[in-house]
Amino acid sequence: MKLRGDQAQIEGWIQPGSRVLDLGCGSGDLLAFLQQERDVTGYGLEIELDSILQAMRQGVNVVQCDLDVDGLSLFADNSFDYVLMTETLQSVRYPRRLLSDMLRVGREGIVTFSNYGHWRSRLNLALGHVPSGPGSDLAWHDSARLHPCTISDFEELCIAEGIEVTGRIMADSARSPLVRLLPGLFGGSVIYRLQRKSRASDGG
Amino acid sequence: MSYALKDSVGLVTPQRMRVDQPFSLVAGDGDDSPRQLPGFELVYESYGRLNADRSNAVLICHALSGDHHAAGYHSESDPKPGWWENMIGPGRPIDTDRFYVVCLNNLGGCGGSTGPLSENPETGGIYGPDFPVMTVRDWVRSQALLADHLRIGKWAAVVGGSLGGMQAMQWAMDFPERIGNAFVIAAAAKLSTQNIAFNEVARQAIRSDPAYHEGHYHKHGEVPTRGLMLARMLGHITYLSDDALDRRFGRDLRHGRLRYGMDAEFEIESYLHHQGKSFVDRFDANSYMLMTKALDYFDPAKDSGGDLAAAFAPAQARFVVLSFSSDWRFASARSREIVQALIRARKKVQYVDIQSERGHDSFLIGIPEYHKAMRTAMDNIIPAGGRA
Repeated sequence: MKLRGDQAQIEGWIQPGSRVLDLGCGSGDLLAFLQQERDVTGYGLEIELDSILQAMRQGVNVVQCDLDVDGLSLFADNSFDYVLMTETLQSVRYPRRLLSDMLRVGREGIVTFSNYGHWRSRLNLALGHVPSGPGSDLAWHDSARLHPCTISDFEELCIAEGIEVTGRIMADSARSPLVRLLPGLFGGSVIYRLQRKSRASDGG
Repeated sequence: MSYALKDSVGLVTPQRMRVDQPFSLVAGDGDDSPRQLPGFELVYESYGRLNADRSNAVLICHALSGDHHAAGYHSESDPKPGWWENMIGPGRPIDTDRFYVVCLNNLGGCGGSTGPLSENPETGGIYGPDFPVMTVRDWVRSQALLADHLRIGKWAAVVGGSLGGMQAMQWAMDFPERIGNAFVIAAAAKLSTQNIAFNEVARQAIRSDPAYHEGHYHKHGEVPTRGLMLARMLGHITYLSDDALDRRFGRDLRHGRLRYGMDAEFEIESYLHHQGKSFVDRFDANSYMLMTKALDYFDPAKDSGGDLAAAFAPAQARFVVLSFSSDWRFASARSREIVQALIRARKKVQYVDIQSERGHDSFLIGIPEYHKAMRTAMDNIIPAGGRA
């Protein structure tokens, strides 16, 4: 099984035997992997039937759900250890509401997205074109990303929502010293670890 | 042999199991005298072959008006196959090349199992309205006796739509070690108020027919045809969606022009009459009353203070929950309640809401996305191509 780069990074953060909810789980690769390697009890939410069928084939607990309509109304407060959202945040209708809701449902949130502050995106815009964003070559009219954002944008939202960033990994930082030096400018895909502020100060 | 027969499980012969021991039924609240049947018979059919380690058996639970004849034909001249022919058969989603499939007629039904039409040993006459009201739990317990009879320790899957889906859930709760997968299709954890209301109108239609005689119509040599027909017409409307009816009949006229009288003018009216009439020929009014009661009573969360997740706690099965977008009798929201409770109870569950315009009856129709989901879920039990 081949995981996307951001998904492979996440694995190390997941405690064995924990409860994991994956928002927009696609064909269930990450959950299948975590089930196998970390013995997690996982559930995935997905909207596309073909992806759901693939996830079913992998033995993943996949639940059809439209995050834009249903949100996380199916889930009780604090019912998961981790709520994951890999490359989904920018594609939902209400990212702010969903971000807040994922930390209602989960003890910890793990979010990955593409940084539109990457120098190539900045250059595209300077040249008069909306950037398609790192990891994508789709034109603006074909892109599913309704809400492009930069890492600065995201971190400002976290502050506004009372969310503490407890970890951040730039996906390419191992390869490039420039990414480590100026992540907002050179980082492509980014992974955040998040907690509610109050809970973080409890030491929980 | 016709093409239909070749493509199907083919000719099938119903079989019969007899239980001579008394069978106690779920008691009512504060009920001291246990209700029981002195013994009973179940009629069932089976398709495919049971494998050597008896691990490929699938139980099909029927809904309100179904019976044991789910697939195949009873004779070469049989005009119609079983009620779930599109789902069960060689190469079908429930593939009889891999699975041994069993379908029975539930107690209280009128397909040949012990029910209101059977002889009451206490009186020598037929039970009629004196046949005890059945609950889903009673059915599941009688189905477990059938499993014993067939020497099936554990069903690979129990599959049912609507009232049948309720039985699949009850199996997972009451016999957790005897069911591998529960397929809960177009079902609900309990009937909504509106649903009970529809059932009561149906029952009143039957009871208010002068030929009903409080259920003793056979003694009077009569059949409450009008009442049962009305009940079925009402039910049928609720099993279809507004769009499905509109698409099929619109405002089409029977005679090409309006007559401004009280007789049927629109095609939908004569269609409903036909549905009602053909139902009366094959169904017993007391059985219909009893089946609607079983639906009304189903509420497995009742004993755990309304907490459905707690009711699911003993379950070990993987659940496959399917609903249909246009089903308003057992709406998708009811299936999501089941899924929510299963997640809360930390059970294995897969849920798909199938896009369909066909209403509650979708579960009987060969909708490609629906069958794809069923096929995928069945393949997870025994992979396609693999012989059991």
